[in-house]
Amino acid sequence: MIPLLLILIPLLSGLAIFLLKDSPASKALALVSSLATLVLSLMAVFTKGALTYDAAWLPGLGSRFSLLQDGMSKMLSLLTAISFPVVFAATYKNVYQRSSAFYGLMLLTQAGLLGVFLASDALLFYFFWELALIPVYFLCSIWGGEKRIAVTFKFFVYTFIGSLLMLVGLLYVYSQTADHSFAMQSFYHANLSAHAQNAVFALFFIAFAIKMPIFPFHTWQPDAYEQSPTAVTMILSGVMVKMGIFAVIRWLLPMVPQGFHAHSMLVVLLSVTGMIYASLIAIRQDDIKRLIAYSSIAHIGLMCAAIFVQNQIGLEGVMIQMFNHGINVIGLWIVADVIEQQLGTRKFSDLGGLAQKAPVLAILFVIMALANVALPLTNAFVGEFLMFNGLFQFNGWIAAVAGISIILAAVYTLNMIQKIFYGNTVEKTLQAVEVSGNVQWVLSILVLIVLVMGVYPQPMIELTKDTVSAIFANR
Amino acid sequence: MNAIIVSALLGVVMMFSGILLKNKSSLKYIAIGGLLLLLIANLFQTYGVYTVVVNSHELLRFQKFGLFFNSIAISATLIYVILSGRDIEHAGNYPAEYFALIFFVLCGVSILCGFNSLLMLFLGIEILSIPLYILTGSDKRNLKSNEASLKYFLMGAFTAGIMLMGIALIYGATGSFGIVSPSIITTPTGGTAVPKASYLEIAGVLLLFVAMCFKVSAAPFHFWTPDVYDGAPSVFTSFMATIVKAAGFFAFIRLLEGQSAILGPTWKILLSFVIIATLLIGNITAVFQQSVKRMLAYSSIAQAGFMLFALYSANDISKEGILLYAAAYSLATIGIFAVLIKMKDYTLDGFNGLAKTEPVLALTTTICLLSLSGIPLTAGFFAKYYMLASVVKTGTGLWLVIVAVLFAAVSVYYYFRVIQAMYFREGVAETTEITAGFKAGMVFVAGLIILIGVLPSLLLNYFYF
Repeated sequence: MIPLLLILIPLLSGLAIFLLKDSPASKALALVSSLATLVLSLMAVFTKGALTYDAAWLPGLGSRFSLLQDGMSKMLSLLTAISFPVVFAATYKNVYQRSSAFYGLMLLTQAGLLGVFLASDALLFYFFWELALIPVYFLCSIWGGEKRIAVTFKFFVYTFIGSLLMLVGLLYVYSQTADHSFAMQSFYHANLSAHAQNAVFALFFIAFAIKMPIFPFHTWQPDAYEQSPTAVTMILSGVMVKMGIFAVIRWLLPMVPQGFHAHSMLVVLLSVTGMIYASLIAIRQDDIKRLIAYSSIAHIGLMCAAIFVQNQIGLEGVMIQMFNHGINVIGLWIVADVIEQQLGTRKFSDLGGLAQKAPVLAILFVIMALANVALPLTNAFVGEFLMFNGLFQFNGWIAAVAGISIILAAVYTLNMIQKIFYGNTVEKTLQAVEVSGNVQWVLSILVLIVLVMGVYPQPMIELTKDTVSAIFANR
Repeated sequence: MNAIIVSALLGVVMMFSGILLKNKSSLKYIAIGGLLLLLIANLFQTYGVYTVVVNSHELLRFQKFGLFFNSIAISATLIYVILSGRDIEHAGNYPAEYFALIFFVLCGVSILCGFNSLLMLFLGIEILSIPLYILTGSDKRNLKSNEASLKYFLMGAFTAGIMLMGIALIYGATGSFGIVSPSIITTPTGGTAVPKASYLEIAGVLLLFVAMCFKVSAAPFHFWTPDVYDGAPSVFTSFMATIVKAAGFFAFIRLLEGQSAILGPTWKILLSFVIIATLLIGNITAVFQQSVKRMLAYSSIAQAGFMLFALYSANDISKEGILLYAAAYSLATIGIFAVLIKMKDYTLDGFNGLAKTEPVLALTTTICLLSLSGIPLTAGFFAKYYMLASVVKTGTGLWLVIVAVLFAAVSVYYYFRVIQAMYFREGVAETTEITAGFKAGMVFVAGLIILIGVLPSLLLNYFYF
């Protein structure tokens, strides 16, 4: 029952908020609804074993409304459930025109995301995959920046092409299943020749690679992150990119193991290229949002590479890092939003010396930023360590090249800290004041998660162990 | 049979009610009542209740598939009249006649749903087309409407000639007007073989194919479509682009099912050429349109490309699929046209800011557009899904499916431009007066689209009853 409620609560409250005209009430209701989802997902995390829900949906097509919440789904639904209240609370003071529509669409996005992470029926998965995209399209196009319409449309068309190719792949695998069913197990055991596996791999992987995004499918991403309203950017980069990684692990890897193996070297090389490339570009950025966007490409590239090395340790690293990257990047976006809301600029060249005016913000931000560099004792360290370990077992040379990105990450992150918070105050930062209580609270909670997960990551490894071992048990 | 008789009678009733009634505004309600009657008559026949038993000597044969399609066509017309009835009355000086012509078109549709002979096919197509020539030119003082009507008539008459030529050749070769060619025999293994198709017959089938391509505006026989759809009064464009076109497809499928084997393996190559050309021309040209009406004309060509997949695969899934496609496409297009008629400016800029002035219309139009682009949760998704699934099931033509989805991605571009205009661009969209009843009708259409999009089995289970 919990998996169903996890989807229904945001879906129904999202639709209800649309009907509200009053803006404060819609804000509050969105926050309450997202907190309810958080409680439910925590309940799921503390329940032993996988949770399922199953109901008839389209008997003629062999598709059922079936949900499965195993370790990986629990972890990602927890991430989704944490993100939304955090985003709502941190941007509580932001004023949106037509706010009921804004919060309604946000909750619909959450329903779509949770559906993607929970679906264990391929057609249902596809439905939610699209359902998560449509509200985001409207969110970015209505409340985004100056170039929002063109940029969001590029984002939409990119992902939509991917989705359609995935649909063709789905239909093909479906036609090869023994019992003509969209059920996950039927898909895993579909009778696919080596040739067909390669084709299916390509059809699915393009969809997932666009979503992640992996070099060279990443060109929509920096623009979209920059132009979206920051609350949406947090969801995009914190949670939505995990859809691609999740889908590779949940669907692609068990479904076409041979096709997966045949392409692993290619994808690892693309991912590592993307890491280095994005890191180098990040160094040259003068805009906080664009810097975080490129840094995000680099981190996602590492996760993707670690899946394709196909060893257990790499995959464990990915599991932890999916959660931790979400937490860290949302923390960074919150600070970016605070600075933009308060000072009206995101350019490093206009900022400086903010630490003198807002010391608490500076401390919290530095911790988040160091977690982004994966410093030991922060949460990202464990995940990156495991992933690099997996990559090293796959190929030492590639691991060495990928390792350069750690250094580059330190370069751009420390550079950002230095330019924004230290040095002399400039004209703009003179009037800066300390951030409000709600942001301090939210960031403190995130910092707490960063430190706890950095020191004691074992529960997260335990939580997702069943998914990881199930994947390697089959081969 | 019920539907043919009742629709013809209702056409006459509508004509006389135009003479007898002083109050023109009650015509809409008479038409709605008539359509309900027609729907009930057709449903009765579906379940084996006949009003009149006519022995047609196997010229007509009604099967569940055809009757079910007819019900969809009548229901779509009903929704169309409910939404746009007021605008039909204002399209010209003779509203009663327009309603009468619509009923005559439905009579043609009913014949096409049950024809079992090439002669009945011809009669059906002509009964369907001639009222349309008149409706296209109903805006008598408008030069564009006149031009469209004349163009449509000349091209249509020419095609009728081609079709008759084809029928004559087939008759000459086989001595039969049957829709299943006697040259095709069933092999013991269940497949079909064509031991002795003459060149005459092959030429005849090709000519029929060309004529039908013209009727459903498949490339390269689509040239009349944009001009006619653009020139005709918008309310009638809506009717032509949906119900009439779907009926054309139905006849196309029914006809070629029994004839395509004559062409041998060439058939699929020929058809894939037509499909790709249709998708290409429809989608790419639609991208460049500034007028929403003209864009919808090209989009109807593009959608025809998708419907042609039913012909390509010709299996169980494609039969369900074409029903679903006809319903989904008609609903969405009728909805968009109903809104378009209310707009003062048909260009994209005319839609700017509609979400602010008329939020309900903007939302329902958006749902219609999402359905046309095939986004999940709308009926259009399952329509496309069935079409693609039917081709994948044949085991060949996966490349065709990939080409098709790429064009579907292109179609998103022009459909979403309307959404962008309504929601994201500043402006004051000017509309004629919007009544609460019209809004309710649009909400009903949008609700139906989403209902079919979530539970298509509601529609299709009924098909298997």
